[in-house]
Amino acid sequence: MRAAASAAPVADAGLVRQSARPLVSIRNVSKQFANGTVAIRGVDLDIRQGEFVSLLGPSGCGKSTLLRIIAGLGNPSAGTVDWPTSAHSATGEAERDLGFVFQDPTLMPWATTMRNVMLPLTLARAPKRVAEARAAEMLGLVGLKGFERAYPRELSGGMKMRVSIARALVTRPRILLMDEPFAALDEITRHKLNDDLLELWWHTRFTTVFVTHSVFESVYLSQRIVVMAARPGRVMADLANDASYPRDALFRTSAEYAHLCRAASETLKKAIAA
Amino acid sequence: MSHVPQAAPMMVPHDGTDAEARPVFAQERRVFGLPVSAWPGVIAPVVIGFLALAAWEAAVRLNGIPHYILPGPLLIAQTLVSDWETLSASLLITLRITFAALLAAVSVGVALAIIFTQSKWLEKSLFPYAVILQVTPVVAIAPLIIIWVGDINLSLLICAWIVAFFPILSNTILGLNSADHNLINLFQLYRASRWQTLRYLRLPAALPYFLGGLKISGGLALIGAVVAEFVAGSGGSASGLAYRILESGYRLQIPRMFAALLLISLTGIAIFFATSTIGYLALRHWHESAVKREN
Repeated sequence: MRAAASAAPVADAGLVRQSARPLVSIRNVSKQFANGTVAIRGVDLDIRQGEFVSLLGPSGCGKSTLLRIIAGLGNPSAGTVDWPTSAHSATGEAERDLGFVFQDPTLMPWATTMRNVMLPLTLARAPKRVAEARAAEMLGLVGLKGFERAYPRELSGGMKMRVSIARALVTRPRILLMDEPFAALDEITRHKLNDDLLELWWHTRFTTVFVTHSVFESVYLSQRIVVMAARPGRVMADLANDASYPRDALFRTSAEYAHLCRAASETLKKAIAA
Repeated sequence: MSHVPQAAPMMVPHDGTDAEARPVFAQERRVFGLPVSAWPGVIAPVVIGFLALAAWEAAVRLNGIPHYILPGPLLIAQTLVSDWETLSASLLITLRITFAALLAAVSVGVALAIIFTQSKWLEKSLFPYAVILQVTPVVAIAPLIIIWVGDINLSLLICAWIVAFFPILSNTILGLNSADHNLINLFQLYRASRWQTLRYLRLPAALPYFLGGLKISGGLALIGAVVAEFVAGSGGSASGLAYRILESGYRLQIPRMFAALLLISLTGIAIFFATSTIGYLALRHWHESAVKREN
């Protein structure tokens, strides 16, 4: 692992289809809330097509805010978020084409698993048959075949999160944004979901931005770890994680993993102290 | 550890979907469709009721209370049967007004709630008047309404509606505004239209609140209808149960008064059970209130 300036290209492990233009280009983005709190200040970040990026930092460092700005759920107070390779509407707005996974599963309690996963397609007015087929396929991919008619309250926390991931991926988005999705789960479930997420990503290669406050999670999952600091939220380091995929339980116990975790922890410690 | 009995192998290997972690809902033995543990809660009030009625009958007979002061339950039951023709006609009229008022309360209440939540300004401008309508005692404005409207049935309907519609309006507004914030964000992300957000998110989220309002309004519609009838006090063929009570009072037909009162109470109870059942059926799959059978 090595540090790199945030704008400089990061040597990948031969996995990322290197594209001249990034998928998302964040330039000098700041966000100040109405009450005067500066959530993030002067963030520069490029997210490249197909890569798995973690935003790592202590709570209050603005990583969730940054993620929501990327998603278009809030406008930056200053700076720009561009989607150079995406189509743009007549009004100049980029078609973001993204999936979002919140910290809570955020399912509609009155709808079955199937209806919840179908939601993005329903809202896009896709034909019901198509939506159902796609949703069933996604439920199969996240390991929930047979639970199509279950209601969210009948599912465990880990299963609900799987439904949430299936819903985010059902539109086959170019980018998946995840806001501390597994933070509320127990460790065993979290590890299993990490593995399954990696496998999905490995096979489908959607770009992923994963917000976490866990050093271990960020090292296990991502190719790139963007370390952030709080007050005001800002990017302190951009670490490349060159460990090869597929990563599995063996990787978790390897010397390489331990070494990477130590390096990331030290960077994070410096970032917090700064 | 060889003496420890081997656990039976699981039928389904753990596949990481934590399917085994699904909550288990124990099935309790049922008698006549009710779980065994629920029966004491049914039997106890019934026993108390019978004891009270027996005591009432005994008190009336032993003290020789005249039936124009206090009739015993047996005489009331006899009157209910002998006067059934008059009473049932009146019951039908009261029921018709009650249900028409409830229907109007539901449609106007829900429609207004939807309109109010689409525009903050509309809500701010109109909601105070809905409150005024609610807090003004219906007894006080009923005479005016009867004079203005002319048609007695329509007047009664309007009075009952005024009493019944507010809980539906205020509860539905609360429900429409209480959709999960992250779900609203999600709908925003997928560029859902106003109509889609209403249909797929706000209306389902409002359903438990609306049903709570319906439960209150069902009873209020009946009260409104009865109160308005009292005020109207009209005779003739189209007279509801309230008029029968007034009439019996003038003629000292106290057993008939009690019989009419009994019918009103039974109607109220039936409405409560009907709205509760509707609530349970609509929410049983997902809402905590129905899932725990706390309806």
